[in-house]
Amino acid sequence: MTKKTLRFASLPVPVLIALLLLFSGSRSVEANDQTNNQTKDQPSSASAEVAIDNFSFGPQTLTVPVGATVTWTNRDDIPHTVVSTDGVFKSKVRDTDEKFSYTFTKAGTYPYFCSVHPKMTGKVVVQ
Amino acid sequence: MTNKKQDLIDQDLQDLNNDGVDRRGFLKCMAWAGTGLVWTMSGGIPASRAFGKIYGKDKDSGESGDFTFVQISDSHIGFNKPANPDVTATLQTAIHKIDAMPQKPDFIIHTGDLSQLSKPSEFDTLDQALKGAAAKQIYFVPGEHDMLSDNGAEYLQRFGKGTQGSGWYSFDHKGVHFVGLVNVANLKAGGMGSLGHEQLEWLEKDVKGHSASTPIVLFAHIPLWTIYPEWGWGTDDSEQALSYVKRFGSVTVLNGHIHQIMQKVEGKVSFHTAMSTAFPQPAPGTAPSAGPMKVPADQLQHVLGITDVNYLVSARSLAVVDSPLADSTP
Repeated sequence: MTKKTLRFASLPVPVLIALLLLFSGSRSVEANDQTNNQTKDQPSSASAEVAIDNFSFGPQTLTVPVGATVTWTNRDDIPHTVVSTDGVFKSKVRDTDEKFSYTFTKAGTYPYFCSVHPKMTGKVVVQ
Repeated sequence: MTNKKQDLIDQDLQDLNNDGVDRRGFLKCMAWAGTGLVWTMSGGIPASRAFGKIYGKDKDSGESGDFTFVQISDSHIGFNKPANPDVTATLQTAIHKIDAMPQKPDFIIHTGDLSQLSKPSEFDTLDQALKGAAAKQIYFVPGEHDMLSDNGAEYLQRFGKGTQGSGWYSFDHKGVHFVGLVNVANLKAGGMGSLGHEQLEWLEKDVKGHSASTPIVLFAHIPLWTIYPEWGWGTDDSEQALSYVKRFGSVTVLNGHIHQIMQKVEGKVSFHTAMSTAFPQPAPGTAPSAGPMKVPADQLQHVLGITDVNYLVSARSLAVVDSPLADSTP
């Protein structure tokens, strides 16, 4: 046990209680930030959405910062996939209302398409 | 009568490039098909005869080589959205219709999209439904919906016996050479259907040994001619495939994928797409996308259907007749 710890332990009880309350307060602020986040890890990653509708990706070109997580949601009555043309990511088949997410950790341009309906193409620009 | 039919052909051919078959024209074709007019291809020139004569007591009918087969397509077992909440029931209706035909088909060809999501349970349901068909021999080619698990591993395991690559094969039946092609594997971004180098090489060798008088039937899921590239309705490398069958006197191409009837005659090659047994899709360019098209409930059975193909040895030609599930015989 260090001297610092001993000194801490010797603080009067009301001060200790006050310190405890202070810490618990800031923890709940963190929790609120997290619930607004799509990711479980970093508390302040950006997130973006792509809607799959009428056999097209919207927006067709999406620009996000490094570290962002993009979530695709299928709103069509037909299943689709999200497949990177450079083999970076590949979703399982997504039926109506199913989602696919990918976190972009490196800057670059990521063209992708639907492997079931290859005329459907899109692009994520990470910068 | 002949002029009216010629007008309809011209309309079809024009509309392929312009605004597509409009709904009224489409339904007119459906009623027309339902009355039993038979188109035959003879030396590349379409001619029609009343249905009765095919099965009648002419001296030409009943020859040992004559036969019929049925094409069904796009059963999409597993689909359950508003356009058709019960695709298994409409498939059953199609099977009953086939079983009720006066001339029993020798076999059935399914031109793909057997399932909606390539799930084992969906393939199981399809198997069960088809077991009820009188025709026991069924030939398949996969659609893109059958390739959704591991590049079609489940499909190949169940329906790919005796096939090569992604599921292509050929067989002979009473003097007609049939070729099942797969144009839904390894699709490239921004592209349409694709046969691929390996399959094209195989096809070239496969048809080489047959005399030019052998009728050829090619069947594949996505149309082997370009109907509407914006919606991927075509096959990028089909020209090469068709060049291998250019020398034959009669080539019939049967496709699915677009869930509506489209036809084209080019010299001695006749192209034909079938209705789906599950749900219709819009005519090219008439909707924001090619997705399932909801029609009033009482119309559904009129826009789903089967295709009967009759081979007549004497004419050495194949006659293609579409009929909707709804019974429109007077």
